[in-house]
Amino acid sequence: MSERAGWPLWEIFVRPKRGLSHVHAGSLHAPDAEMALRNARDLYTRRGEGVSLWVVRAADITASSPQERGAFFDPADDKVYRHPTFYDIPADVEYL
Amino acid sequence: MTIKDADASGYVLGLADDALIYAQRLGEWVARAPELEEDMALANVALDLLGQARALLAHVGRLDGTGRSEDDLAMFRDERDFRCVHLLEQPVDDFGVEMARMLTFATYQSHLYAALRTCADDVVAGVAAKAVKECAYHRDHAEQWVLRLGDGTEASHARMQAGLETLAPYVEELFDDDEASVDAAGAGLGVLPSSLRHAVLADIATVVGRASLAMPEPPTWHSRGGRAGIHSEAMGPLLAQMQHIARSHPGATW
Repeated sequence: MSERAGWPLWEIFVRPKRGLSHVHAGSLHAPDAEMALRNARDLYTRRGEGVSLWVVRAADITASSPQERGAFFDPADDKVYRHPTFYDIPADVEYL
Repeated sequence: MTIKDADASGYVLGLADDALIYAQRLGEWVARAPELEEDMALANVALDLLGQARALLAHVGRLDGTGRSEDDLAMFRDERDFRCVHLLEQPVDDFGVEMARMLTFATYQSHLYAALRTCADDVVAGVAAKAVKECAYHRDHAEQWVLRLGDGTEASHARMQAGLETLAPYVEELFDDDEASVDAAGAGLGVLPSSLRHAVLADIATVVGRASLAMPEPPTWHSRGGRAGIHSEAMGPLLAQMQHIARSHPGATW
């Protein structure tokens, strides 16, 4: 039905609680951003999963191409000096 | 002034049956709504209403002294014992009409429950406090659609307007002061329906105006009698569908 109706696809990001960042939860169809927000509320926060929602039109997301994965990401693999391994992380810091 | 518990139960039954019967009607949209996402949205609204009905029906069973459970009251009463208004029992298969009905009823419920939060019955006040937020969302959902359909294409505008006209004769019954409501309001346990009329209709008119639609002309007749158990022809088939499983398998659990 969604193909015929031509509603665009929206990507949904849910923030589970204050202090955490929005995480991609899934996608849905809606005629516009306001309705996408409401549909997202019904589809992704029914069980108290979130305190904040973002909706982004899927077509507006520019994604890296799987074919270029090597050129994009592999050069970072051998640059160990970029990892903050020289710090002691306090044990009671939950999200770092 | 005091009120016998039996009288208050009649008023609470009206609140409960409105929620129960509209939940049943909204449930009929599941798998028939314009989009999968709308199936979910309408089912969510229906479940909110069912939750309100359950709490209120359980309370009725205590108030009237019969000890009937929410299931007894929902599934084993006959048509004449239901106290819902005709608006909510009508079968609706047009999405525009349904959004007009949801806007009307959710606006009515919003004002009603806002007032009931401070009523003298603790259970009703508790249900009202929770339901006020739910109704605000139902109202918003309907409002979003009425705005989009009314201000959309020529066809959607015409159908949304037709939806308002179709329902017009059923709206006034919400504001009829039936005996149970008058008694309950007099005892501080309820709200006089007519006292909500102005605010509810003004809210609806605001949305209708923003949607570039027109409020319907005052209808030449209006439904009445739901609160006294006199229902339209739609009620029998609705109850048959809603109750037949429970009646075919009495006492079954799952």
